[in-house]
Amino acid sequence: MSTSSTPDTSESHRDTDKFKHLLQTPLLSEHLALNARVVDFGGWALPVNYGSQVDEHHAVRNDVGMFDVSHMTVSDITGPDTISFLRFLLANDIDKANSNNGKALYSCMLNEQGCVIDDLIVYRLSDQHCRLVTNAATNEKDMSWIAQQAAAYSIAFIERPELALIAVQGPNALKKMKQTFPEHSDFIESLNRFQGGFVNEAENNHDSLFIGRTGYTGEDGVEMILPATDASNTWQALLKNGVQPCGLGARDTLRLEAGMALYGNDLDEEHTPLESGLKWTVSLDERDFIGKSALLNDARFKTIGLILEDRGVLRGHQAVIIDGLPVGEITSGSFSPSLEKSIAIARIHINVQATIDDIVHVEVRNKQLQCRVVKYPFVKFN
Amino acid sequence: MSDFNSDVRYAQSHEWVKVLEDNVIEVGISDYAQESLGDVVFVELPEVGTQVSAKDECCAVESVKAASDIYAPVAGEIVAVNEELDDSPELLNESPFEDGWIFRIKVSPDEDFAGLMDADAYKASIDA
Repeated sequence: MSTSSTPDTSESHRDTDKFKHLLQTPLLSEHLALNARVVDFGGWALPVNYGSQVDEHHAVRNDVGMFDVSHMTVSDITGPDTISFLRFLLANDIDKANSNNGKALYSCMLNEQGCVIDDLIVYRLSDQHCRLVTNAATNEKDMSWIAQQAAAYSIAFIERPELALIAVQGPNALKKMKQTFPEHSDFIESLNRFQGGFVNEAENNHDSLFIGRTGYTGEDGVEMILPATDASNTWQALLKNGVQPCGLGARDTLRLEAGMALYGNDLDEEHTPLESGLKWTVSLDERDFIGKSALLNDARFKTIGLILEDRGVLRGHQAVIIDGLPVGEITSGSFSPSLEKSIAIARIHINVQATIDDIVHVEVRNKQLQCRVVKYPFVKFN
Repeated sequence: MSDFNSDVRYAQSHEWVKVLEDNVIEVGISDYAQESLGDVVFVELPEVGTQVSAKDECCAVESVKAASDIYAPVAGEIVAVNEELDDSPELLNESPFEDGWIFRIKVSPDEDFAGLMDADAYKASIDA
């Protein structure tokens, strides 16, 4: 047997020493205590599942699950030029979140060629403070890019690697959060969708507990940013209250069903957001931003959703065939536990006709499997 | 902890071989392999009648997480496939050494299974 996806050579073990060569989150010993299958995920020791990733997926769709996403990077931008800097740095317009109450904005950060350096969430806490959450695998280039662009602005840019992140997601996520942390119940209640903030704002301490009503599953829920020293207690309290621990396996199928892009699969430095299904995140107003002029060129590609009608599983990089010709490839594909069928996002040449309900083919192990073109998100969620 | 069933022999590529009667062997994937793959959602079975050589890629198993090629552990002719797996691919997870068998091969009467390992050797090869 040989496996043709990401190498997965690490074996779970109760001893965190076994993962000494990898970056570790403050929750590694919790994962090992739960017998998680811990793997090398881009240099981080992270749980891929705690038994069945399908069961974990359903827990999030039907009830509530939690994820350790402490490998992601939290950073703060503060100072008088915070907003003007982010208006220049990001393809989406931070002024869409101008109420200064923690409204979150999803955006790509582009290079001069208009292609994607990373995608991120920014919470606009005030005119002088925004909090960014960026990807782990892109951390080094993100941090140096932001620091380099910031030179001309009066801002401070601080990475906060010491903070842990726990996402609690699912239709019962808010209820469980309020049950588990009654002291934060009013704060959680006060959050609108896509809004976040420090629970004890008065303390003015950027290391203190931050809760955002955001996520990467398509479900309602929160993402908690907290000091590493509080991570285990928080995790255990949620566990005791019946919140299902979920690994990165379930996180991937949940985000794919929700039609959310994954950097490195659906987004990269070879394609613009307009060529990656993220036109809705690009604000081409009169404002200037990095990469804007390149976005005024015609897009070369477009994205489509696919549902596999034959048996099998669609995977990244498989060729999409229309009228007998290869026209592009799958960027993310998997089995959808909610639909019990395989689904995929594919990028194809802009001038190829592919409309909803068209039948196209994907090449899997030298066979052409039949797929239907669909709109994505692939599932309706809460 | 994985089950290293000692009634079967193992290939380095994680298939197991059980000797039935009349020079027919049964092939599946080890408990260790199914744990690594996670939830199996599709098994692409080989065709009955196909002649295979040892280490030929002869079918595929897809979990939610990954696709894996399955190799013929020894040479011979595919004489049966487990059609139950069409509707219940999860049998590979639930019963890797029994209900989750994948195919059977008719081998030469002088097949000596020299390339395969016993359970202890297989376990040692994984721990190494």
